[in-house]
Parts: sequence; structure tokens; C-alpha cells
Amino acid sequence: MPNMDPRKTAMPVQDPAVRRRNFEEVAKGYTEEMALVEAQRCLQCKNRPCVSGCPVGVRIPDFIERVAARDYEGAYDIIASSNSLPAVCGRVCPQENQCEQKCVRGIKGESVGIGRLERFVADWHMEHASSAPAAPEKNGHRVAVIGAGPAGLTCAGGLARRGFDVTIFEAFHRAGGVLVYGIPEFRLPKAIVEKEVDGLRALGVQIETDMVIGRVLSIDELFERGFEAVFVGSGAGLPSFMGIEGEGLLGVYSANEFLTRVNLMKAYRDDYDTPIRPGKSVAVVGGGNVAMDAARCAMRLGAETVRIVYRRSEEEIPARREEIHHAKEEGVEFVMLTAPTRILGDEKGFVQGMECVRMELGEPDSSGRRRPVPVEGSAFTLDCDSVIMAIGTSPNPLLRMTTPGLAANRRGCIVVDERMATEKAKVYAGGDAVTGAATVILAMGAGKTAAEAIAGALLGPEA
Amino acid sequence: MYTIVEKRQLNETVTLMTIHAPLIAAKALPGQFIILRIDEEGERIPLTVADYDRKAGEVTIIFQHVGRTTKLLATLEVGDGLLDFVGPLGRASELDGIQKAVVIGGGVGCAIAYPQAKYLHEAGAHVDVIAGFRSRDIVILEEEMRAHASSLTIATDDGSYGRHGFVTDVLREKLQEENYELAVAIGPVPMMRAVCNLTKEFGLRTVVSLNPIMIDGTGMCGGCRVTVGGQMKFACVDGPDFDGHQVDFDELMKRNSFYREQEAHDAQHICRLTGGRG
Repeated sequence: MPNMDPRKTAMPVQDPAVRRRNFEEVAKGYTEEMALVEAQRCLQCKNRPCVSGCPVGVRIPDFIERVAARDYEGAYDIIASSNSLPAVCGRVCPQENQCEQKCVRGIKGESVGIGRLERFVADWHMEHASSAPAAPEKNGHRVAVIGAGPAGLTCAGGLARRGFDVTIFEAFHRAGGVLVYGIPEFRLPKAIVEKEVDGLRALGVQIETDMVIGRVLSIDELFERGFEAVFVGSGAGLPSFMGIEGEGLLGVYSANEFLTRVNLMKAYRDDYDTPIRPGKSVAVVGGGNVAMDAARCAMRLGAETVRIVYRRSEEEIPARREEIHHAKEEGVEFVMLTAPTRILGDEKGFVQGMECVRMELGEPDSSGRRRPVPVEGSAFTLDCDSVIMAIGTSPNPLLRMTTPGLAANRRGCIVVDERMATEKAKVYAGGDAVTGAATVILAMGAGKTAAEAIAGALLGPEA
Repeated sequence: MYTIVEKRQLNETVTLMTIHAPLIAAKALPGQFIILRIDEEGERIPLTVADYDRKAGEVTIIFQHVGRTTKLLATLEVGDGLLDFVGPLGRASELDGIQKAVVIGGGVGCAIAYPQAKYLHEAGAHVDVIAGFRSRDIVILEEEMRAHASSLTIATDDGSYGRHGFVTDVLREKLQEENYELAVAIGPVPMMRAVCNLTKEFGLRTVVSLNPIMIDGTGMCGGCRVTVGGQMKFACVDGPDFDGHQVDFDELMKRNSFYREQEAHDAQHICRLTGGRG
């Protein structure tokens, strides 16, 4: 008999009062007992709507059935056959908008905790798996992947499992892309990312760090070096600023810079040389997951006040509910319906406040969300000594500029077809470089599709 | 690991190092830079490519011992390795087709001015180089610059070597006598600003190479943003060379001072015996 409790088994978390000052993981993960209880909530229904909600098509009921049977390695094999980074997805996927949104149990109660179970299985595997699987026999074809983020890692994994000889070229000194520079340790421990990357290495994937493709080698030069196809997963690129006065002041960061200093360059640790000046009173402009990550990092670096400043209301805020909830628990304040108009500085150029205007919601705009319009005469000054701009990114022009034949749209995003093929022969692309800033799992879905397309193109239809 | 194959002390606080990095050496052009990281706990710092040897696969950097990382770097020896060495980054200087130019270097900035002068000179241009230093004991690259310029004038602030005075004093005379197509000015921000103010008077196009704080060097962090002609630019993808008459030097100076207190504090923690982490 399935467990008919309408509520998800709760996730044990670190006490907010404690965790707001440390970088240890917030959610601690299910125990075996909790996983068994939660797995019983899955009805194993016939039409499996959850699977259609997963961008990489994980056979969800099958792996949950294996969990219920205490066959955790079996569950892992099922997940790993379609998802290259299960321990990552179990932590950072927005399941509530994907698999869990479609779960039948969600109609009269809470959906099955699919993400939590995925994490449990992946963590179990990392802790208990005796040895890495042997690398598959090589098929003699070489593929280059640009960028070791979620899209690139997934594409590389998909190809390596089919026997391709894959080399990933990563611009940074560490593989992981946004998983290492963007998402903080307390949401996604870097040791987890490293283990997932090690898993790819065990499959025979080569990772060359410090390689900025477009500068040190062009895409055409990769072909000259014997690669038969190239996948571009170079990520979201240049941080956007608002174009208001004062964005050059000291204490104004892009979220990318702030998070990179903290996460990749480990500015929060004494044993690293990276400098950072987080400020005592921090304003984070924007309402996405990146804004939540920046705000929660600022809190952990010792800020007294951290405020999220967002021009729409909390109803429209794009961040995951869980992130908002966690941020609030940790003391982050939410200043909604507010837009900055100017950042104020002292005579030395340091931030000392931010001029803002109150907003109200008008008619829906092209995104379907109600357009915020300024309330006349509502200007006020918000006290702060740091401002973090988390308002999105625009694609990096480097590859576009140095690769003849690689077409981009008006916004600078690389144009691809449904197989992730660009307009340049044998060049595929996916992830934020194509979509603009989006989620880890969407990038992974693109990487997976591209791997299938590349395999088809190089091996012929029988593959 | 990227191996150090040559190390030369140019003066008490400036060191030249040549690094084995064949892929970068094959591509580097004047004006471009690299980012290096010494070890796992280290910062990523940008340094302009001072020279390259495509055949030997080597890239030369010249740096002043100013912060924690450059001080630590100066303690490394030939045979030691750097954990990360990334490049070539930034746009190359646009020097092709120039017939007559004046290149102005200030202090360690001469390390960056030198490859530009060399490139122009090798392309057959007439190149006058003006190099400014505080005093005689910190003059660097004199022979190299002389070998790759039509003329070299050295000026020292205290008059202990060459002309007594600032580079702008020499430059003013040159501008009155000569007709240049381009000025290239590289050095401390106040020097670049002074040069630009002067060349503006003469209507001479002036390119400066900016050195803002940077992390990734590929356009990802936005830390290196500078205001040029009222527009926000990222030095790593749009530069590091910019039209000097358009640059907001005040903002650049302020932005570069952001971590100075922390740097000063950190620098005290470098072990006095080894110069390394203590």
C-alpha cells in the first residue's frame, strides 16, 4: 500500500539562526528511513506525467520503485542512464515547476519529493559505490566541448558513454561553470560537483582548464586539430547593469563578480587570498535565484542588513519559492515594488545609499507579467554601502566574433535548430549561450539533445 | 603547470619572467594580457604580455611587486611552475598601417609600452619612445626600447638620469616639432591622464591601456568596467586599449583603490623569511 500522507516528508535543514553565518549546506538530505517513507508516496501511476516534466527524461517512477525496494544502486543506475549530474539536479533543479508540478499526488496534497529522493540516491551512490564504471570502448571519433558547465558536462557525458573521445575546454581553472562560480557552497557543495566531474573523467572525458576558446584556439582550429564536431556551452556571459548613475562606485558589484569571488575564489575562507568587501548593509537588485544566492552569501559574510530590491511584487518574483523562503528565514529583507534610480557615493567614491522609486503594477507586458510603473513622487533613499546587481546577463561575444558562420540572434544568443545544430556545419550549441540565462536542468537537457544529435551525425542513423 | 624558464630582476621592485606556454605564445599580440594564478589559494591577476617567442613557445611578463600575489610571484624561481596561465586575453592593439607614432611609457608601464613600440618599429613605422621614471635606479628596459625605436628619450622626475622632468615635458616638445598619427600612453593612471590632456590640445589620437581590477578576463564578472565616452565598457572584452580622450580616469583610479586597505593588511602577513605564505 502506498503511503497516503498528503505531505512530503520534511527535509532536515540547518537552523536558520546558525546557517545564516556559515557556508555549510542548508538542506541536509534525507536519511534512509525518510527516503523509504517518501518513496512509498509514489503511486507508480501508469501515465507517468512526472517524466514528461523532466528536461532530461529521468524514468522517475522506476527509480523511486527501486528506492522503495531498498535497491539504491539500482535506483542510481536508472537515474544515471539519463542524467549526468544527479547529485547536482537533486539539489538545484526547480522540481516544483517540472517533474513535481506534474505529479498526480500534487492534485490533493503535496507532490512526491522527487528531487529529494534523487539527491538521496545520488548521495548514497557517492558514499557507497565501490568503483567507478569502466570507460566504454572508444569509437574513434573526437568531439570538442567548449565550457565545463551543466550543458557541456552533460553533452560530454552523453558522448563519452557512446564511446566518443571527448575533450572539454574550460576557460576557468576549475570545471563546473555556474555550478562552481555561481551557485554557493551552502546550496551545492563543491565537493559534490567535483565528484560528478570525476565521474565524467572516469568515463574517459578529458578536461582542459585555462582554455579560452575564441582566444587561444578558434573553433576552426579545433577542427584542424582533428575534432569532428564541436559543442558550444559557453554560458550566459556578460553581466547586465541598469545604466543608472553610480554603477561605477566602489561597492557596486555584478552578481557574477560577487558570487565568483565568494564561490570560485573562496573569498569567505581565510586560507584563500581573494579580497572582498561585502559591506554592512547590502542591497541586491533583482529577484531571481542569482539574487537570492548573492543576498544569502552577503549575509554569511557578516552583513547586518541584506535587502532584495525588486521592481515587481513578491508574486512575480522569479526565484524558486524554496530559495525565497530560506532567504527570509535567514533574515534577508524583501523590498518589493521598488526600482533603483541612482546609486549615491561619498567623496571617495564609496557607495552610501541608493535612490529608489516605488512602483505599482500596470497592464501585463509581453512576458505576461504586469508591467511595473513608477509611482509619482515616491522617491526615497535606501541606506546601503554595497549594491549587487543581479539583473541578468547578455551572451559573451567572444565566440561569435571569432567564428565565421556562427549565427546569433538580435540578443546575441547563438541560433540553433531543434537538434541543437548551429548554422555552422558540425557545430552545436546549448545552455545559456543559446537561451540566455536559464536553469541548470534546461542547459543539461540541451547538452543531452546535442550529444544525441552529434552521435547521429558522426555515426550515422544506426546510432 | 606552466614553468618559469627565465627570471630577471629589472630593478628592486620589478621582475621579468618568461613562462613556457606554447599555445598562448603562438597567438599573443601586443596589447593583450594573460591571467595567472600561482597556486590553489591564490588570486587570479591580469598582467599584460610584455613579449612572446612563438618558436620557443614562451611568453614574457613584467610585474611590479605591489600586492600579495605579485610579491609572492617574485619569490618564485626558474623551474618553478604557475598553476594557471590563461590567455591571450583582450583585444590586440590596433597598430597596423601607422607610419609615425610616439609611445609613452611610465615606470613599469614601459613593460607594456615596449611591445607596442617594438611591433610598430618592426612594421617599419617611425617610433619615438618617451620613458619616464622616478629616478635612475628604477629605469627598466632601456636597451630593449632603444633597439626597437627610432629614438628613445628617458626622463626622470628627480633628474638623476636622462631629462629632468615628466614625460609630458618631453612630449610637449615633440608634439611641437613632429607630426604623429598616433600616441600610445601606458603607465600610472595620473600619467596617462596628463598625457591625454596634452595630446588633446594637439588633436592627436591617443590610445591608453587600462589595468582595472579583474577576475575572469573573459567578460563574465564585470569587475573591470570602465567608463569610456560616457558608456560602460569591460576592459577585458572591449579593451584593454581605449581612446584615452574618452576615458573617465577619476573613476578608474577610485575603482582600483577598492581593495587597497585589505591588500595592505594582507601584505603584512607574507612571511618575511620566505616571502611566501606564513
